[in-house]
Amino acid sequence: MISLTRRATFSASHYYWKPAWTEEKNEQVFGRCANKNGHGHNYTLEVTVAGEVDPVTGFVVDLKWLRDAIDREVLAAWDHRHLNLEVSEFAASETAATIPTTENLAIAAWKRLEPSVLGAGGARLSRVRVYETPEIFAEFRGEA
Amino acid sequence: MKAYFGRRYLISASHRLHTAALSPEENRSTYGKCNNPHGHGHNYVVEVLVAGAVDPETGMVINMVALDEVVRARVLDRFDHANLNLDPLFMNQVPTTENLCKEVFALLKEALPAGKLERVRIEETENNFFECEGD
Repeated sequence: MISLTRRATFSASHYYWKPAWTEEKNEQVFGRCANKNGHGHNYTLEVTVAGEVDPVTGFVVDLKWLRDAIDREVLAAWDHRHLNLEVSEFAASETAATIPTTENLAIAAWKRLEPSVLGAGGARLSRVRVYETPEIFAEFRGEA
Repeated sequence: MKAYFGRRYLISASHRLHTAALSPEENRSTYGKCNNPHGHGHNYVVEVLVAGAVDPETGMVINMVALDEVVRARVLDRFDHANLNLDPLFMNQVPTTENLCKEVFALLKEALPAGKLERVRIEETENNFFECEGD
């Protein structure tokens, strides 16, 4: 079993806000991230897939195929967008919205990519890691 | 749903690798230039990985402000701009980055909510790093 990782970057804006809470509670829990005017990051997305090496091609998956899948499934929807306002996972409804934390971004990217990776055959998604800054990251490994 | 949250911190500290259990010659052959008598320093990167269910209310595994406070109080205030050899934790063991990693893991495990700490990774330079997952 070999794993391989492809990196991609996207830039997006967001803020953390729970409508059910008071302004004071939001500011207390989320600090500066609760500023409703939003702020942005240059995110780095790391996608790791694992599988057996194809004896003919020597690939686990074709890296170009993986790049295209990341572009199509994630970057096309997230890059240069306001996550709270324009991205379906987080803009579903004002009251039931999922907060676009780095943790939730990692889970959402996994859900977007998993069908494509499984559909390609031969490899499985192993890990998705999202860097919000070079010092902050979250990852999801498909665990319950 | 289980997810992981990682955060990288910086500490600058000095150390000297030397043990009373070995002769001066053995110390030199074992530790090389790390045994030089007056010590030397590194900019260590301490990467803390916590794991747990994503809180459905906050979308977080852990509140980063709370994590920062624990790491500052237990690790950064203690080791940043310090001589590791003079810390009581290294009175009876050599301050290799393996041992530093182990001690940082123990200090954080004690202070973080039970079961949250997954791994501590310390990069001593750009070319070497050490990881501790407990046990």
